[in-house]
Amino acid sequence: MWSIIHKMGSPPWFYRFAGSFLKWLLPIAIVALIVGAFWGLFIAPPDFRQGNSYRIIFIHVPAAVVALAGYYVMAFAGLMSLVWKIKMADTAMRAVAPVGAALTFIALVTGAIWGKPTWGTWWVWDARITSMLILLFLYLGVIALFEAYENKAAAAKACAVLSLVGTVNIPIIYKSVDWWYSLHQPASIKFSGESAIDSSMLYPLLLNIAAFYLTFACAVVFNMRTELIDSYRRSAWLQTELKQELAKG
Amino acid sequence: MHPRRKQRLVIALAIVVFSSAAIGLVSYALRGNINLFYPPADVAAGKAPTERTIRVGGMVVDGSIKRSTSDLTTTFQVTDYEATVTITYTGILPDLFAEGEGVVAAGILDENGILEASEVLAKHDENYMPPEVAAALEGKDLSGSAPKSYGKGGL
Repeated sequence: MWSIIHKMGSPPWFYRFAGSFLKWLLPIAIVALIVGAFWGLFIAPPDFRQGNSYRIIFIHVPAAVVALAGYYVMAFAGLMSLVWKIKMADTAMRAVAPVGAALTFIALVTGAIWGKPTWGTWWVWDARITSMLILLFLYLGVIALFEAYENKAAAAKACAVLSLVGTVNIPIIYKSVDWWYSLHQPASIKFSGESAIDSSMLYPLLLNIAAFYLTFACAVVFNMRTELIDSYRRSAWLQTELKQELAKG
Repeated sequence: MHPRRKQRLVIALAIVVFSSAAIGLVSYALRGNINLFYPPADVAAGKAPTERTIRVGGMVVDGSIKRSTSDLTTTFQVTDYEATVTITYTGILPDLFAEGEGVVAAGILDENGILEASEVLAKHDENYMPPEVAAALEGKDLSGSAPKSYGKGGL
């Protein structure tokens, strides 16, 4: 366990790891996204009340699920950065924020597009939607805070504290529909007991969630690799790596 | 673990615990404001304000929808299986508005306890299924036998 973390913390090791990670997992993520979209849009049956408009679930739910999980990844990286002062953890925190913000934005926009024909409104200030908007601001806040400091170590410290404080919002988003009266419906996928969504729709939804997780992982690793190239562009090890890559074509 | 790291870990965890507790207490204190709507039971008990716009949410009572023949006014009743509120609305209702389904209506309560709604939103529930499955369930008459779950999240 510790040896993996030590390796992960080494920029040259991570740079090589990121290269092979993307080489294998990026094609799988793209195929999963295409198959998931095709299954959801063309093979899954229409809903008994909403007809075809429910199909936005195949983007909305995966984006929201991964936006929430991604926040924990960012906060965990923040904890590692704060306690163990690992530079790669700062890089990871910084890499997650824009991806998480994009996913949260997708969840909010697709929700509004679905809400108009289903509920009769684009937007309502209920607990679920408002807490999701706060999540977007938390992600944007971490991005802004990183840019606000000249000193990278100070920036990482401030961002780590902000992302740790923000973790309180994640259970609030998740449980908001159970704790308060809201317009948003409760979860259709249940961890215990039978899901409220038919299996013919559940399976493509689960595939899309897996595809979004993979895409998220690829985007974060890609961002971290780019960040490494920027930070270590004058280092001998990186120049050797880049020359080798160029030689390979 | 190195004592300095241990100290930093304790500080970091304390930040999480104390900020969670603070936000938890704030949202508990504000819980009445976080709720999007009042259930009919609260309206019947007089807990809902009468002088300003409020939202009332519940299930549309079967057989309660009465449409005016001259204009777009619709009158219907909404229930949480404890109390019932009558709502009138003039305008176009959302597609998913139907008897036995959830709605959230915004409006002002008049002196007779009728909500004059300025907006009616359909509340979709968490059930997703293909039409054949819905028809099969209908055939077994499972839908009418038990009241749908109602309450926070269940409406």
